[in-house]
Amino acid sequence: MQLSRDALLRAYRQMKVIREFEERLHVDIQTGEIAGFTHLYCGQEAVAVGVCEHLSVEDKIVSTHRGHGHCLAKGCDVNGMMKEIWGSREGLCKGKGGSMHIADVDKGMLGANGIVGAGSPIAVGAGIACKIDGKGHVAITFSGDGACNQGTTFEAMNMAVVTKAATIFVFENNHYSEHTGFEYAVGTQKDIASRAEAFGMKVWRGDGTDFFSVFETMREVLEYVRVPGNGPAAVEFDTERFFGHFEGDPQRYRGPGELDRIREFRDCLKNFRKSVTDAGLLEHADLDALDAEVLEAIEESVRQAKAADRPTAEDVLTDVYISY
Amino acid sequence: MAKMMYRDAVVSTIAEEMERDENVVCLGEDIVGGMGTPGGPEAIGGIWSTSTGLFGKFGADRVIDTPISESAIMGAAAGLALSGKRPIAELMFADFIGVSLDQIWNQLAKFRYMFGGKTKCPAVIRMAYGAGYNAAAQHSQAVHQILTGMPGLKVVMPTTPADVKGLLRTAIRDDDPVIFLEHKALYGVTGEVPDDKDFMIPFGHARLSRAGQDVTIVSTGLLLGFCEAVADKLVAEGIGCDVIDLRTTSPLDEEAILDSVEVTGRLIVVDEAPPRCSLGADICAMVAEKAFASLKAPPLSVNPPHTPVPFARELESAYLPSVDKIEAAVRKVLSYR
Repeated sequence: MQLSRDALLRAYRQMKVIREFEERLHVDIQTGEIAGFTHLYCGQEAVAVGVCEHLSVEDKIVSTHRGHGHCLAKGCDVNGMMKEIWGSREGLCKGKGGSMHIADVDKGMLGANGIVGAGSPIAVGAGIACKIDGKGHVAITFSGDGACNQGTTFEAMNMAVVTKAATIFVFENNHYSEHTGFEYAVGTQKDIASRAEAFGMKVWRGDGTDFFSVFETMREVLEYVRVPGNGPAAVEFDTERFFGHFEGDPQRYRGPGELDRIREFRDCLKNFRKSVTDAGLLEHADLDALDAEVLEAIEESVRQAKAADRPTAEDVLTDVYISY
Repeated sequence: MAKMMYRDAVVSTIAEEMERDENVVCLGEDIVGGMGTPGGPEAIGGIWSTSTGLFGKFGADRVIDTPISESAIMGAAAGLALSGKRPIAELMFADFIGVSLDQIWNQLAKFRYMFGGKTKCPAVIRMAYGAGYNAAAQHSQAVHQILTGMPGLKVVMPTTPADVKGLLRTAIRDDDPVIFLEHKALYGVTGEVPDDKDFMIPFGHARLSRAGQDVTIVSTGLLLGFCEAVADKLVAEGIGCDVIDLRTTSPLDEEAILDSVEVTGRLIVVDEAPPRCSLGADICAMVAEKAFASLKAPPLSVNPPHTPVPFARELESAYLPSVDKIEAAVRKVLSYR
């Protein structure tokens, strides 16, 4: 199905926001001003955006330690997120969560997660809630080729099938679980979706470096899961991670020229630009204008983050309980 | 008032709250019991009979019988809570927190804080704990010392059927995650329970079950009855004991303990968990810190030994704090002048 000009521009902009948000973080982290552990999502933008462009605020997602892309794609505020990562009390989580725990429950974003594989059971609960409410909403859990080896993921897949939860397991295979190749760590012949199939789910596969592949695949997945009674489904997207497992990772596990190669041939933003300009759907100038606008928005978010209030010692003690 | 068993107080409170609020849902292993069998749903109705009749009354959407997948159960409870429901998840044995701890400790307990206070997480995790069934090392443990140490959780340990009713209702209506520890050796105990369907007991308010001037005994759960027996016995000798049932270990009613110790000057904590880093050690330290000037004797904690829970009847009896051990502790603190 043909996307409208506005929808195309929006999708590109969303992916570009994620890209520039993180390219900027990659630079700023090296100055030592940003504390803690950061895991960048760059390279996988087509998955987050290709999934979330189908979702409403009533649909839920549960993310991972590599969660910035999912958060931005689901509508978390760019400035609030940048402030959070800079540790400001004005951040989305008041500086108490940081990169690995960004959440905005009102937007249906139930949290990035520092524990690999922890998100899937949570998405089963959210998917059961969607089923009970019967309005066709869904809960989506993002997992990598690392999380697909966790027992929690197996438990969650079976329980989703048994309870007919409206849950979608989106597996983003970026070929590395931390510093280990999926060819070594995933026992099912380089394939994650077949595991979900073995648990009794209908599965799809798509190219995670191609927005249109993700978007069209997810249209089918969502049409299926939004039908009450159909239960869960799973989809595997093959994708690429442009940076290390964490910022500071020397990435000695990469092959010669690998990063240059994937940046050249497996970049979802380049692929998108080529597709839409070749097809005459958008002009380069349209996209160039968005690029400039996004760069300025990210610059502004950093300006705000640097100027924002710092938390105080008193803030340590709040927000543990609602009442105690 | 109605007479009912501890286990019936659990199931009737859940039923009343499910009736009152359609967002309340239950999940757990065999809480329906018999799903997918020739015997059919409710062939069992929960191994502790703490969910009997719920499935028939509220249906499969709200009474969710799960596979044996403790991580997924606790995670699903977390996801339900973040999605506007009020889940009551049952962990069949408290010992199984080992299998599911990440979802309790790193997820449920931390969401509110990590998310900057912008969410609530109204989940109740019920679990049967404690020795008394000769169920050995993996089915008999008291796990409150682990969970009480986790910021973000509230930990409730009811002793009487009335407290089950009042505390479980408070737990279900609470917007924070609550661990509700039911002592398996108390399920068959009967007591008077208020009929009021809004009867609630606030957390952090201990109950004084015996009053006396000489020794403060703090406990909860199965061992509280042992403490009461000791207090009742010593009355004949003119020794008076305050017996304080904590009801909740987090929040802790420090005031009730300190007020009592200021009068008695002597403290014994009787705790079913092993001694190291225990509730007993915690309360003794708190009293030493805050009421040192009132103390006439060193605070004592009566715990099982630092061993796994043993199986054989003689061994399990020897393991648990007994009436005799508690009485000996009382006499010991009284020996200081």
